[in-house]
Amino acid sequence: MASTHVTKRAKYKTTIKDPGTPGTLRMTFEKILFVPHNPKSAGKLDVEFRYIKGQKHTKEGSNKPPWLNLTNNQNGSFIFEFENYSDLQECRDFVGKVLAKGGEVSEKPTVSYPDEQLSAAEMELRIKLLQEDSELQKLHKQFVLSGVLTETEFWATRKKLLDREVSKKTKQRLGFKSAMISDIKPSTDGRTNKVTFNLTPEVILQIFAEKPAVHRAFLSYVPNKMSERTFWTKYFRAEYLHSTKNSIAAAAEAAEDEELAVFLKQDDILASEAQKKIRRVDPTLDMEADEGDDYTHLPDHGIFREGNKEMTESQNELYKRSLSQDINRHAAVVLEGRAVDVELEDTKAVAEALAQSKQKSSNKGESDGDISRERLDRLSRMTEIEDLQGPNTLPLAPLCIKDPRDYFDSQQANALRTSGDALGGIEQIKCGLSTQEVYGSLRESISSIKAMGLKEPIVKPEVAHQVLDALTNSISNTKYHIGKNPQESVLDRLPRKTKEELLHHWTSILELLKHFWASYPITTTYLYAKVNRLKDAMSNIYPQLEVNVKKN
Amino acid sequence: MASAPSKLYADDVSLVVVLLDTNPFFWSSSSLSFSQFLSHVLAFLNAILTLNQLNQVVVIATGYNSCDYVFDSSSDLNRSFENGRMPVMCSSLLQKLEEFLITDEQLSKEEPEGKIKPSLFSGSLSMALCYIQRVFRSGALHPHPRILCLQGSLDGPEQYVAIMNAIFSAQRSSVPIDSCYIGSQNSAFLQQASYITGGVHHKPQNLDGLFQYLMTIFATDLHSRSFIHLPKPVGVDFRASCFCHKNTIDMGYICSVCLSIFCKHHKKCSTCGSVFGQAQSEAASASDKKRKTPET
Repeated sequence: MASTHVTKRAKYKTTIKDPGTPGTLRMTFEKILFVPHNPKSAGKLDVEFRYIKGQKHTKEGSNKPPWLNLTNNQNGSFIFEFENYSDLQECRDFVGKVLAKGGEVSEKPTVSYPDEQLSAAEMELRIKLLQEDSELQKLHKQFVLSGVLTETEFWATRKKLLDREVSKKTKQRLGFKSAMISDIKPSTDGRTNKVTFNLTPEVILQIFAEKPAVHRAFLSYVPNKMSERTFWTKYFRAEYLHSTKNSIAAAAEAAEDEELAVFLKQDDILASEAQKKIRRVDPTLDMEADEGDDYTHLPDHGIFREGNKEMTESQNELYKRSLSQDINRHAAVVLEGRAVDVELEDTKAVAEALAQSKQKSSNKGESDGDISRERLDRLSRMTEIEDLQGPNTLPLAPLCIKDPRDYFDSQQANALRTSGDALGGIEQIKCGLSTQEVYGSLRESISSIKAMGLKEPIVKPEVAHQVLDALTNSISNTKYHIGKNPQESVLDRLPRKTKEELLHHWTSILELLKHFWASYPITTTYLYAKVNRLKDAMSNIYPQLEVNVKKN
Repeated sequence: MASAPSKLYADDVSLVVVLLDTNPFFWSSSSLSFSQFLSHVLAFLNAILTLNQLNQVVVIATGYNSCDYVFDSSSDLNRSFENGRMPVMCSSLLQKLEEFLITDEQLSKEEPEGKIKPSLFSGSLSMALCYIQRVFRSGALHPHPRILCLQGSLDGPEQYVAIMNAIFSAQRSSVPIDSCYIGSQNSAFLQQASYITGGVHHKPQNLDGLFQYLMTIFATDLHSRSFIHLPKPVGVDFRASCFCHKNTIDMGYICSVCLSIFCKHHKKCSTCGSVFGQAQSEAASASDKKRKTPET
């Protein structure tokens, strides 16, 4: 969710040439506050967001320093120089959000109405949609920013557009970092000879994933036998011993401290897992397990040096561990992917989550049927590339609704009709005769024409002439007004700019009418206020149209 | 199925299917008498047949209770109706028309007074389309078909669905529907039919010169329409009838699954069976602004 304020170190410049006053920039939803570091220098700034009209910024790839330029209503501008581009990005997002919300915030009705909580992602989607479709943007600017419609109402009918945008975004899961944890150097304090390790849940997760024996030890020892702090102290002691590559000393300490021994021994869980994995060879290229993985019990990875196997120091075998083993294990874990997807807060949660996921996967692999099913699963997963797939929509035929603009022409008649016309109620021609009589009269007409032949003349010459005249007149008139081509519409005869304006007015009126009729029946004061607003907006369009007409 | 282009035929060969309104209730109260109307129409049909040797004319009578074919220029049964006073074609048509009216009267049931008495326009339109389909399937050589509706009765809103279906199938087969409305008011169905299928609609001002109207506007074959200007109506009345009560409505509720039109809020769509969600007026709080789409 968006934070309610942003504080950054920045320099405030009045013009581009100005070197800038260093200070702190703090932005909340209502205003921007800039306080210079040096209290004596001028340049303190306190501006409300209401006055900010827009923002510009320098691009990240260019050689320019990261600047953010906020323009206000009176065409003045405030330029802020940030320390880096990520700061600039944060401020930019924040300003964008506030500016977009500006229309909504200023429009609080007296009736308490729960505001829609917009996530930052949704806000971004909407802004992106507006930027892409200029017509939508015009409508949006006209109605939402001027307060006639609220954001929610505007977007209520356009959910399909938003959904389409959402599905376009890729949904990738982040995996582990490629850098090895053991490379993370602790901070050393020379004075007290203390070494401080910084452990985050992320790091802990990776440690547990790479070393299942440590994970098991954690679950069993903490909090029963020792506290978490002691646990980690012992762990790092073991790491230190490993790094000194002094296996004799390691063996000695392991003999003393049972728990430490756990960390120093070879990871037996890993060995058994590797054995299991080898049995399940995967046709897809699976770098997780192959024969070479089962190297843990072989010295020098089974490679013979100079033809003779060295079997010395077998009792200290257990405590040896080589860098290549560490690297391989790390690589295996990274490629396996992240097994735990939830937010990790503390070590205990991490450990439990990992244990749960391990158990799930081991349960899955218990029976043979499960194994093969899992393999097939893997196969299908590996061959599909999710990122490249289209949106997963149901196989529906798309709804094809014609563009209302095609009907612009044919609506002229509706516009010209006055209320006096009896269109709503069809006049019923009262027929006073019975069925028999009417049929009889019809048959009589036929007999008469049979007897007398066709009417002589079929049509009187004057009448025919009159009809022909009228028809040709009307045809030539419409040709003059509408155009030669029967498919051409009135609109095409107008200059392009006028046509666009007219169409825009028409679409905006359609939008207003849509919302207007949607609020009926009026049951709450909110709807009543909304209907009034819409009515005012609609009547505002009339003078604009008149101006248009006068211009042409 | 679109008509196949026929190179051996000239471009202006046409098959005109004329739908003649023989609703007795309309004719009893019309300013134009039926016999005068028939003279105009018969002369017009003759004229079409003279425009091109290969032209064909089919006449379907739109009655009050039934519809039937009353004339087909390509059939050989016209010989038996010799009558010295008029062309053979006319006398056979009139004979068949009389027989049709007798059968139609026999089918009529007693109906309450005062109701609108529409003719069975949907029936005759469907029959015309079936005939045209038969012509399409008869081979590569066939004339260009079009439908001419001579209607005077008012629209029957209960026929809305059938008429719209017929109009769309005519649109698909590229068969234009021309319409000439000789009643006193306006017919939304005819206007829509001509607009959607690309035909021409006209309401003659002066019914005494009906023949002149027919010759000027409706005798043009399809090929010539690309360069002969025909009158264009100012606007089209797109009003529909609701599916539940068959009333003509301007505004209503639409099922978002099958697009059926209803005048009142329903719990369930009667055409496709989708269940509708809550209407906005029943929502307790104003915050529930989103109108739910029907769940299938």
